[in-house]
Amino acid sequence: MALIDGWTLSRVGDATLVIECEQRIDPDLNACVLQVAHAVRQRARPGVLDVVESYCAVTVHFDPLKTDATAVAFDLEVEVAHAQVVVDESQSFGRQLTVPVCYGGRHGPDLEAMAAFAACSEAEVIARHSGEVYRVYMLGFLPGFAYMGVVPPELAMPRRLTPRLNAPIGSVGVAGQQTGVYPLTAPGGWQLIGRTPLLTFDLRRSDPFLFRAADMVRFEPIGPDRFDELAVD
Amino acid sequence: MSVRVRRPGLFTTIQDSGRWGYQHVGVPVAGSMDTVSHRLANAIVGNEASAATLEITLVGPELQCDRPTLFAVTGAEFDVRLDGADVGANTSYLARSGQVITFGRRRSGVRGYLAVEGGFDVPSVLGSRSTHVVSRMGGIKGRALKTGDLIDVATSSGRRALEGTRRTSVFEMPTNGTRVRAIVGPHAEIFGSKRLRAFERTRYRVAPESDRMGYRLKGERFLLSDDLNVISSAVPIGSVQIPPDGLPIVLMADHQTTGGYPRIATVISADLPLVGQLKASDWIEFELCPLSEAVRALIRQERALMAASG
Repeated sequence: MALIDGWTLSRVGDATLVIECEQRIDPDLNACVLQVAHAVRQRARPGVLDVVESYCAVTVHFDPLKTDATAVAFDLEVEVAHAQVVVDESQSFGRQLTVPVCYGGRHGPDLEAMAAFAACSEAEVIARHSGEVYRVYMLGFLPGFAYMGVVPPELAMPRRLTPRLNAPIGSVGVAGQQTGVYPLTAPGGWQLIGRTPLLTFDLRRSDPFLFRAADMVRFEPIGPDRFDELAVD
Repeated sequence: MSVRVRRPGLFTTIQDSGRWGYQHVGVPVAGSMDTVSHRLANAIVGNEASAATLEITLVGPELQCDRPTLFAVTGAEFDVRLDGADVGANTSYLARSGQVITFGRRRSGVRGYLAVEGGFDVPSVLGSRSTHVVSRMGGIKGRALKTGDLIDVATSSGRRALEGTRRTSVFEMPTNGTRVRAIVGPHAEIFGSKRLRAFERTRYRVAPESDRMGYRLKGERFLLSDDLNVISSAVPIGSVQIPPDGLPIVLMADHQTTGGYPRIATVISADLPLVGQLKASDWIEFELCPLSEAVRALIRQERALMAASG
């Protein structure tokens, strides 16, 4: 294991390398992570299958028989060192996105529970959740699922003890400090407080993924009628 | 040219070598669970290693070919018949127009692979034909085969394969359990040496809820304190993760791209196909090994596959 100013490089199994920094959710650390991931992806070494950025780590999956793992490890170390000296602004800032959300009612079955958790009204939960601008730190879990943060501490309700068998497509959920939108109807344990009519993952679009890491996302409250109007399109 | 599904079997999906390159946007890799048998089937009919095959699970399908089709079945051993005549494993056969391939009793393993010359030709989604049922992607409408499906077969562009080409298996199919090798970590320090020894000494059983996403195991529990969830990061196939109930889950082909549970070890690439051939209530034991052994095992396996590809 090597150590570069608090970054640790390690091998996970025989086909994966990870370089990680301090284990905390921080926009500056994450910007550095995204820059490293982008640079390593650009290098496109033979045998490298996937470069995956997360909150505070860059993971490289590779074919052990086609890849010089030492070279990939070297790439990671060099790019981390580089990112600490030269900040690539194009990688630090994402797009500004506004996502319409119908909060509560049948679209947000856990809004009431969250109001109880936060000891405030449902309207106050909506105001606080939609009052923040969230950074997309990483994607994972399902195709196009963006992990966004950070949720105001009073709304940071833990996951449900028993996950739902079906969280409907477009559901907006909260899990601790994180918030996210279900890109598909899928099982899930996040607290569902609303739903967007937007398709955040759609294979018919030239870019199927609405969110990318580094995007800044604002949720805009809409009523059920507006939801139905937008959902028709 | 196409193959008609007369009966789908229990869970038959189209798989290739996986949807790589999109894990950073949350897309799981999918692909065949037993990559070795998948490649062997393709090699026997003269396909590229990445061509799409049918992955057959526990109970096989009944298929009818509309044109002469060269095919081979590898992996789990089934009593396969072509219009009633025995079809041997790891051997290419020519199904004539209208002939029917049936799968009978299963003798060992779980997943069989049926390759046809040219490969199954379903639309490529994000660079792969692999079916991922949870995200409804790839294969036929992102689902397992159904009665009445027609699956197109691509015209072979490579060298012509011959009927009666026979290859030996690269590994023996497990009948009721197996030992697999794993590399310790990445969260070994959370577990400590005592728990790692227990991990190696325990004979686990495969739980019935196991599927292409992961193998859930029953046996020694590793109860960790509640607040030990690590910050989510990317997880590789073969990760042995420990959720709050303390029972290990081995992540398999359809696994989520990221995870936040502590991971005790990672099954080596060469032994993942063996895991994919285990069924509910089979036993599994882990043996921790160094990285050098993992790479040597993979090289040996690759040599055997290359020899089989002729």
